[in-house]
Amino acid sequence: MADDVLFEFLHMEMVSHIYKDQASKGEMDKDRATCVSTLEGMGFRVGQGLIERFTKDSPSFKDDLDVMKFICKDFWINVFRKQIDNLRTNHQGTYVLQDNKFALLTQFSNGKQYLEEAPKYLAYSCGLVRGALSNLGMDCVVTAEVSLMPSCKFQVVIQKI
Amino acid sequence: MAVCIAVIAKENYPLFIRSVPVQNELKFHYTVHTSLDVVEEKISAVGKAMADQRELYLGLLYPTEDYKVYGYVTNSKVKFVIVVDSSNTSLRDNEIRSMFRKLHNSFTDVMCNPFYNPGDTIQSKAFDSIVSAMMVQAS
Repeated sequence: MADDVLFEFLHMEMVSHIYKDQASKGEMDKDRATCVSTLEGMGFRVGQGLIERFTKDSPSFKDDLDVMKFICKDFWINVFRKQIDNLRTNHQGTYVLQDNKFALLTQFSNGKQYLEEAPKYLAYSCGLVRGALSNLGMDCVVTAEVSLMPSCKFQVVIQKI
Repeated sequence: MAVCIAVIAKENYPLFIRSVPVQNELKFHYTVHTSLDVVEEKISAVGKAMADQRELYLGLLYPTEDYKVYGYVTNSKVKFVIVVDSSNTSLRDNEIRSMFRKLHNSFTDVMCNPFYNPGDTIQSKAFDSIVSAMMVQAS
């Protein structure tokens, strides 16, 4: 079925559109940061809506770890059709989610080729996780890093006021 | 049939309030406001007491002489409050639950609407019509 691939194509077009838009407006020095924040903002809003739909029937979460487990299992399955492969935490508000075969990066390469281009394609997913967590009451900062495609790590740092 | 329905955001300000006899509106606003305290109490009490499954439906919050107030909280900490007339033949628990379920479904649709910014008052006509269907018909 071609359904799975529809979002991947849309996502690729989104990224290239945002970057092309920025380039045509000029201001070459700060375009990279604005593009990333635009993509992240889009992901944020979508994450908020998605989480409302996914948690409609499930009972309330006991604590932060429970929320992270939900993100790693149900949320990731619904969005990327697989679970997170590894979740690590320091029990002090920092979580690292590792996905060994990230759905949006599988088409790029199987090693280090195109590594510099990868962060653009992770911005939207970072926003997605941030939006989901913020709607569940956890304010956080989400960053992503890739060292070897297609595996990537998302780092979630919960902001405690 | 409800007399007043309110949707309250995480930060405890109203996203949507509608009551049927429009002249008594202020009284209903006050009732909903005071019921928020009870909701907070229930949310925190359940958290400490039992570690097992917590339901979203909170049940009867408190009865006054004229009205009964029911509450429901979503996972994103948005609260729904329904006020029903006590003189009305008491609605069964299941009916109240199904009203909340419809409200939650409708609210989820509002959330997914790209023209809606989370935190704004709800302007959606679809949501409005679902709510009107649940309220007592104005005589």
